[in-house]
Amino acid sequence: MSDTIALDVAGLAKTYRSPGRDVEAVRDLTFQIRRGELVCIVGPSGAGKTTLLRCIAGLLDLSGGQIRLDGTAVTEPPAGMAVVFQEYGRSLFPWLTVRGNVELPLKEKGLAKAARAAKVAEALDAVGLPDSADAHPWQLSGGMQQRVAIARAIAYEPSVLLMDEPFAAVDAQTRADLEDLVRTLWKRLGVTVLFVTHDIDESVYLGQRVLVLSNRPTVVLEDVPVDLPDDRDQLTTRSSPQFTKIRTHVYELVQSAKRGERPEVR
Amino acid sequence: MKISELPRRVLIALGLPVVLIALWWFASAGSTSFFWPPLSTIVEAFPETWTADPWLHDVLPSVARLLGGYLIALLVGVAAGTAIGRSRTLRALCEPVLEFFRAVPPPVLVPVIALFAGYTGSTSKVLTIALGCLWPILLNTVEGVRSLDEVLLDTARSYRLGRVATLWHVVLRGSSPRIAAGARQSLSIGVILMVISELFGANRGLGASIVQFQRSFAIPQMWTGIILLGLLGVVLSALFRLVENRSLAWYRGQRDAERER
Ligand SMILES: Nc1ncnc2c1ncn2[C@@H]1O[C@H](COP(=O)(O)OP(=O)(O)OP(=O)(O)O)[C@@H](O)[C@H]1O
Ligand SMILES: [Mg+2]
Repeated sequence: MSDTIALDVAGLAKTYRSPGRDVEAVRDLTFQIRRGELVCIVGPSGAGKTTLLRCIAGLLDLSGGQIRLDGTAVTEPPAGMAVVFQEYGRSLFPWLTVRGNVELPLKEKGLAKAARAAKVAEALDAVGLPDSADAHPWQLSGGMQQRVAIARAIAYEPSVLLMDEPFAAVDAQTRADLEDLVRTLWKRLGVTVLFVTHDIDESVYLGQRVLVLSNRPTVVLEDVPVDLPDDRDQLTTRSSPQFTKIRTHVYELVQSAKRGERPEVR
Repeated sequence: MKISELPRRVLIALGLPVVLIALWWFASAGSTSFFWPPLSTIVEAFPETWTADPWLHDVLPSVARLLGGYLIALLVGVAAGTAIGRSRTLRALCEPVLEFFRAVPPPVLVPVIALFAGYTGSTSKVLTIALGCLWPILLNTVEGVRSLDEVLLDTARSYRLGRVATLWHVVLRGSSPRIAAGARQSLSIGVILMVISELFGANRGLGASIVQFQRSFAIPQMWTGIILLGLLGVVLSALFRLVENRSLAWYRGQRDAERER
């Protein structure tokens, strides 16, 4: 069983220390994600979702606990992982074009020029930006910038994909398209996806599980399985009674998390 | 920039200089003052003063020393500035020293260097220019590297960009606007030091020539030297702008885009 676990977060704690002020962002998070699973994370604003993602990405030192990816402890950014940052605009290199931004990690991976060009074109096509390859990020709208960040992540063909509210700035129609894109890519590439979102409907529509986080200092409030059929569709899935049942449950959980409710101390 | 804008910009750029030259020309036309000869006299003196020999033995060596010192300052300043900007420990260690050296006016360096290296050869002059140009470049590079966006650095790390790629594609590109600002300051400091470094001892060079003309009361010739010096500054600054416009186009664009939001 343990060999199918991709990500193992055990007793994760993170306190930001600065002179005169310590912020205990994450107190005690324990959960596991199997290889190829698509898990969504919801929780109140400021709960520590970004903190959790950055810890998993190997960008922050932990204050306690351990994170293992495929059995090895994460101490630096692991190979084969791509992150779509919440600050999508600031994560794009303004001196590179859209193409340059998507291409840079591929260059670093050692891909040949032709292969890179093909992957860049494919990724930009997938996010609906085939005509913006030569633009610079600052010439694009927020939603377009977000899609460039997503294109960069998918062109990288990671085995683990971390996404931090990746659709926050896009319009509803594009958002639905991108949700389906994530599910399609996930199915096609078998990538393990950890998806943070504020949108409860989105978390249920996308995920196989939804982890609901408590208020700060953060623990897992509940691990909600999403027992919806694997083939999902924006219209039928979202209007099914099962979907409504799960989203209502998650909604209530988030509400109670906002009120400061926490699971019993173990 | 649209093509139709070009003539307008050229007109604006040349307008004031043309007016000033005309003013000078007419105001000095009937001048009998020894120190303030008519501009026409100065213009006449120009070709006979700057013949092949002074070009070869004064102007070009001066410019070569200037560029040599400037390039050394650029290389050392960017390299050291990047190292200091990247490392917190190094920064804490170096900051007081840097502040001290920044506060020392560059011309003061001349006698000090003269003491150690003598002041007849080119080495000490190049060294003076390099040392004077170093600080603005170094300090601006440190600032530029330090103020790089954390998210960009995290992006580079999470995509596992190597040291060289991170340095080249992220750190240096990201701090290039600040580096350019420092390099621009240094350029004018360099021209000043080029002249000053030639004032001590028996020397040849553009700066030395100007002083020699003045001492021998060759006033129109002195004025031609000053004009040549000014033109050199204009040419260097134009070259600088050319490089800047090409490599920092993204920065201008981004700034304008942000202003419009
Ligand atoms: N660099 C930091 N230094 C100090 N405190 C921080 C830092 N980053 C985050 N925090 C604090 O940690 C807590 C969790 O922040 P985090 O960004 O992880 O929340 P989040 O769940 O992602 O919120 P949101 O949904 O609004 O994005 C917050 O209280 C925040 O103020
Ligand atoms: Mg966040």
